[in-house]
Amino acid sequence: MLRVLLLTLSVVAIAHAELCKPDAQNAFKVRLSIKTALGDNAYAWDANEEYLFKAMMAFAMRRYSSKSMTQISNILLCNVTDRVSFWFVVTDSSENVTTVPGSEVEAAIRMNRNRINSAFLLSDKTLQFLKITPTLSPPVEPSTPVWLIVFGVVLCLILAGIVFLVVAGIRQRKKKNKESTERENLEEKCEVTITVENGIPCEALDLKAGHINGVFAADNERFTSL
Amino acid sequence: MSKDLSVPPEIPKEDSRPKWDNKFQYILSCIGFAVGLGNLWRFPYLCQIHGGGVGSWMVSVLVSLYYNTVLTWVMWYFINSFQEPLPWSACPLNENRTGFNEECYRSTAVNYFWYRKTLNITPNVTESGTLQWWLILCLAACWAIVYLCTIRGIETTGKAIYVTAIFPYLVLTIFLIHGLTLPGATDGLAYLFTPNLNTLKNPRVWLDAATQIFFSLSLAFGGLIAFSSYNSPKNDCEKDAVTVAIVNSMTSLYASIPVFSVLGFKATTGYWDCLDRNIISIINEFDLPEESIMRENYTAWISFLNSSHPEKIAGLKLKSCDLQEFLDQSVSGTGLVFIIFTQAIILMPGSRAWAILFFIMLFCLGLSSMFGNIEGVFTPLLELRIISKTIRKELLSGIICLICFIIALCFTLGSGSYWIDIFDSYAGTVPLLVIAFFEVIGVAYVYKIKRFSKDVKWMTGRKPNLYWQITWRFISPLLLLIVFLAFVALQIQKPSSYAAWNPKYEGFPMKEEKVYPPWVLAICVLLAVLPCVFVPLVALFNLIKQMCRSKDTSFIQPEVFSCQEANCNFCHPKESIPIVSVCKKK
Repeated sequence: MLRVLLLTLSVVAIAHAELCKPDAQNAFKVRLSIKTALGDNAYAWDANEEYLFKAMMAFAMRRYSSKSMTQISNILLCNVTDRVSFWFVVTDSSENVTTVPGSEVEAAIRMNRNRINSAFLLSDKTLQFLKITPTLSPPVEPSTPVWLIVFGVVLCLILAGIVFLVVAGIRQRKKKNKESTERENLEEKCEVTITVENGIPCEALDLKAGHINGVFAADNERFTSL
Repeated sequence: MSKDLSVPPEIPKEDSRPKWDNKFQYILSCIGFAVGLGNLWRFPYLCQIHGGGVGSWMVSVLVSLYYNTVLTWVMWYFINSFQEPLPWSACPLNENRTGFNEECYRSTAVNYFWYRKTLNITPNVTESGTLQWWLILCLAACWAIVYLCTIRGIETTGKAIYVTAIFPYLVLTIFLIHGLTLPGATDGLAYLFTPNLNTLKNPRVWLDAATQIFFSLSLAFGGLIAFSSYNSPKNDCEKDAVTVAIVNSMTSLYASIPVFSVLGFKATTGYWDCLDRNIISIINEFDLPEESIMRENYTAWISFLNSSHPEKIAGLKLKSCDLQEFLDQSVSGTGLVFIIFTQAIILMPGSRAWAILFFIMLFCLGLSSMFGNIEGVFTPLLELRIISKTIRKELLSGIICLICFIIALCFTLGSGSYWIDIFDSYAGTVPLLVIAFFEVIGVAYVYKIKRFSKDVKWMTGRKPNLYWQITWRFISPLLLLIVFLAFVALQIQKPSSYAAWNPKYEGFPMKEEKVYPPWVLAICVLLAVLPCVFVPLVALFNLIKQMCRSKDTSFIQPEVFSCQEANCNFCHPKESIPIVSVCKKK
């Protein structure tokens, strides 16, 4: 009895070894970069993590095809290195001798990539299935591009500035014209309320510097300078 | 006192000539005009690898046209800097979303954004491509800003200059402080300041230095003359000239420091990236645990693995990473700003804020130089009474801006950036040298230094000392002549070529060297010669006019003599001295 058991076990082990080896048919290499992704919070890759991986693969196969009855024991891992990298195959649920075609496994993984990544707290770049290229998600684009909005704001500010300056200029001109016509009217009416000193209106006098009175300017030549 | 002897009251003149609000505004304007984009991107590049009126009016027009297009690009980057993540940080995906866009993948995301998303550049200068609508929008906005600031001449530019001239210094200081804290900054600075004495033997170095300082001061544009003309006659222009020249040079040196810190940071990051990529390949190939090979022990590991598994190492095709090589990747001009600096900005934390600050600074730098250019166009039109006085200033500046905008639309074509390079190399260089040369000769030998010194004494209160006399008479004309001849000689030696961005080229992402077709060369020559040709033409015209006049009157005003060359636009025949042409910088 014991011998039969041992024999079956060794047969199974050999079968497994044949099914799962590097570059075997329908086998995939997986590479994880845990330290790069998590830094100080990196977890160690041990048997428990491997168990989780097998569970996720079984989950992915089941989710992909409702007929599938993949068990955790159907997922075979081998050649685990320190990198962390390893190969795995998915065997048929009924007989543990043939492997599920690679295309199905690939499709299943693609469908559930997000779930698999988040189970390990990794991303497409740090959890790599070497033969399966990830479909890159397009960047989030808002309906109106941001630059158009900023441009609109800038343009509105500029136009407001221009309109303000032009209107201010027109108003200033109107005020100046009005003032000059008022002054002309006043002078015509000769109602001069402007005080006059020797015929010069006081406002025109630059009170800081005096005006040279022509009568006395000539006297400079008569007197010797100090 | 009888009324007969009274002095008539002074009547304030209608539309009196505008004046600067204060001296500081004038100095800032001159500095802002002189300190432009060239201080940021041309001087540091040169440091790294080697250690004149219709004439100058024309040059001002040509330069205004293309200079504002550079501002358009700056504005485009500015409004794109509000996006998170920055649009030039990642490549866009291709159609079936399996990978990145091919052109972007083969070059870099930053290159792709510049050449494809901004310029949409054509593979050569003869293919014009289409008008890029986003650039047209930005161009319109830029010309609107220029109009807003120059709407009433220096009344408005005088206010605007407070911001546009001072803000860049603030931002440069912020970049300086941040740049010095970046890793690898010290490598960049060491690279900048380590003198390589061998390069001093190369005459090209001296020529580049001379041309740089000449163009940097923005001489011979007529803009400085226009600005100075708004000063009061009794102005110490000697002090102003020295101040502007010193500030301009100091700014170039000051700008080099943050530029080189950032370049050093970028080189270091590139070097680290190169190392990291190699390390990952090795780790993946040999299935070694992560972080077993670090940058520090990389060389040790490589030599060990090379001895034990040489075929595997050779099969990996590792790139050799050399920090010096990264530092040597020098670029000047638009490449420095839009490619290298933007790449460095993505690597900094808080990249959005840095990008926004950086592009606002560039915009202010360019805008303050644009003020000078526009004044160089605007003021002669007003002064020479070509335009009737009834047209208001606002309308005239609006018309000028509109005409320039329409002409500048050709720079928004696919081949626009090639044309801007042409304008920059031909319209913005040789004519300036020629005009400046004629200005100096005109003042020194036609107007005569003695009279000039007397004018300066009247304005500043002291006679210009021996230094000025020697430089005005001999050194400046000689230097200008040498620079001009050397420049022309170097241009003739090699056939004019340009580097085209062609995705279908085998050596892509390297640029393809192409030669200008003959019709383009003809345009280049025209751009260079046309402004220069006006100087002797107008001189001849004035001479003939004067000879005709001398047949009628016997007394010739000496001032008319001096107004032979075109740049002396501001001689007022009524007054005994030309007010403004004296304030020329060396």
